[in-house]
Amino acid sequence: MAMRLKGRGIRCVRGGRDIFSGIDFDVAQGTALAVTGRNGAGKTSLLRIIAGLLPAADGTITLDGGGDELTIAEQAHYLGHRDALKPSLSVIENLLFFRDFPGGTPADPQASLEAVGLGAIGHLPAAYLSAGQRRRLSIARLLVLRRPLWLLDEPTAALDAAGQKAFAGLMRDHLAQGGLIVAATHGPLGIDAQELRIGDNMSDPATPPEAGNAADRPA
Amino acid sequence: MTALAALFRRDIRIALRIGGGALVGMLFFLTVVVLMPFAIGPDLATLKRLGPAILWIGAMLASLLTLDRLFMGDSEDGSLDLLIMSRVPLELTCATKALAHWLAAGVPLVVITPALGLLLNLDLSTSLAVALTLLAGTPALTFTGMIGAALAVTLHRGGLLLAVVVIPLSIPVLIFGVAASQAAITGPVPFGAPFTILCALTLASLVIGPFAAAASLRQRMD
Amino acid sequence: MALIDLANPTRFLALTERVLPWCIAITVILLLLGLQQAYVAPDDYQQGATVKIMFIHVPNAWLSMFVWGVMSLSALGTLVWRHPLADVSAQAAAPLGAAFTFLALVTGSLWGRPMWGTYWEWDARMTSVLILFVMYLGLIALWRSVEDPSRAARAAAVLTLVGAINLPIIKFSVDWWNTLHQPASVLRAGGPKMDPSFLIPLLIMAVAFSFLFLTLHLAAMRNEILRRRVRSLRMLQARQ
Repeated sequence: MAMRLKGRGIRCVRGGRDIFSGIDFDVAQGTALAVTGRNGAGKTSLLRIIAGLLPAADGTITLDGGGDELTIAEQAHYLGHRDALKPSLSVIENLLFFRDFPGGTPADPQASLEAVGLGAIGHLPAAYLSAGQRRRLSIARLLVLRRPLWLLDEPTAALDAAGQKAFAGLMRDHLAQGGLIVAATHGPLGIDAQELRIGDNMSDPATPPEAGNAADRPA
Repeated sequence: MTALAALFRRDIRIALRIGGGALVGMLFFLTVVVLMPFAIGPDLATLKRLGPAILWIGAMLASLLTLDRLFMGDSEDGSLDLLIMSRVPLELTCATKALAHWLAAGVPLVVITPALGLLLNLDLSTSLAVALTLLAGTPALTFTGMIGAALAVTLHRGGLLLAVVVIPLSIPVLIFGVAASQAAITGPVPFGAPFTILCALTLASLVIGPFAAAASLRQRMD
Repeated sequence: MALIDLANPTRFLALTERVLPWCIAITVILLLLGLQQAYVAPDDYQQGATVKIMFIHVPNAWLSMFVWGVMSLSALGTLVWRHPLADVSAQAAAPLGAAFTFLALVTGSLWGRPMWGTYWEWDARMTSVLILFVMYLGLIALWRSVEDPSRAARAAAVLTLVGAINLPIIKFSVDWWNTLHQPASVLRAGGPKMDPSFLIPLLIMAVAFSFLFLTLHLAAMRNEILRRRVRSLRMLQARQ
């Protein structure tokens, strides 16, 4: 049975204010969904709701055709703003932890590092990496353990043009292998994706600035 | 099992490498014990009488001090989200993290206790008795303190708030830890009932701590 | 550390390579001689054979303070002249100083047991040396808490200079307060008050331990310089 991620009537309330409501989406196996919207529209919140890290005020999300015993979170990779790297551990130690701990189908760590261009420096402490390299290492996390659903929050931030191109290739590979992608993004993703624009009906210039700031807070 | 072993290895490595807090906890313990004679006075008889209590207070404060980092580091760099999304139950994750923390930060306190007992004029058997009660009691400090550490992460507040929240929870452990030490020195039965109760507290905290901490982490709204 | 700073440490490395074997030889000879002299020294009429602990205890105690003095000079070098070797010297000396202080405390404790009937007494000299030990450990913890040694250097230098206040307190504690620990009998106004049969082995041991420190310090500085170079190279490797 083909996998399908379905969201129906999702509503998000933060700090007593509606961020968005009535969001519906369908992501079929092998396709991607690009979530767009202005700053503070709730792109990150929507991803975190799908990842089970934030409760939805209303609505349901289901992943049909996935593992029956598993929650959506347990079948998803979440690539957030923060890199989840420990500076005192080496690059490969960081990666091996994310192969062994979360649970999924493990892959070859060295090959994953090479896919993001870090193959030669696996033995170095993560403290020595630049922002772009840290991002690449986070992306290697998606490769070293197979999980069908990728939840990506501004995945191409901090990547240079070559890195963005390489990452688009990795996303296409993931889709070709029957994966699903939901990505919050400002710029073009570099792959074919249906667009879900959120927060427009909620946003009007009359929004009080305090409330706007609260929603802008990175989650 | 490999998942828990991976988490355990990772936390131990972080604690022992540069920037980890294992040494600082021991040093803090030593400092607290060195401070006491300045406040109480260098009278050896008094120090000997108060020795077990001083050691227990010192160990308690030192383990509290390092507890701050139990979830804070993972929360700040985003690892905590990924720990929550794991297929490993969050309760087991919490228990493993606390165990690694106790091994890296709690056991060293127990190990240096006999040396510190010497400074307080405790004889060797008394020092060893206190060390034994600490060995039995410090897991309870870590596992109850973990609840406070989880709450602190939930609220994005650490430091003193953590201490204020955790110290009341640790009072029973302190009472029976010191009582067991005193019983070991003067009591008719070595260790006796207080030590048994101390062990019971530890076992109870091993069960309650991970569940309470996991419940608190799940409530994180950010 | 920028690559340009390596120029001076490079000369230092070349120098230590030539000097170090001699230092090791002198240390071994002096230690053997000192131990032999200490062995044949007579027993004390009051303390018996336990007096021989002195030959280990006193040099360690002197060095525990001397090393902090070396670190204080290095701290000045870091803060005032920003000499690239100064913080290497301070960083390498801290664990050595902690080790000498620890040995002074342990040998003193073992000596105190038969003499005073207790391993530990909160007297002024012992307390101040214990505080010195804690300060050494604090300094080591400070160095260890930051991955980049050049960032820790200035903080450690300030802490070292402030801690130097403790040195005169330790030295004169036996004179200022009426304490259990015996007053100075070698470095005192009016010349040493000690029989030559004890004084000569003690002085030999003191010189031997000083050379031991010199040897270990040079070797540790060498290791630290090499360690920092490895770190720089690894960072370069990460960036390429």
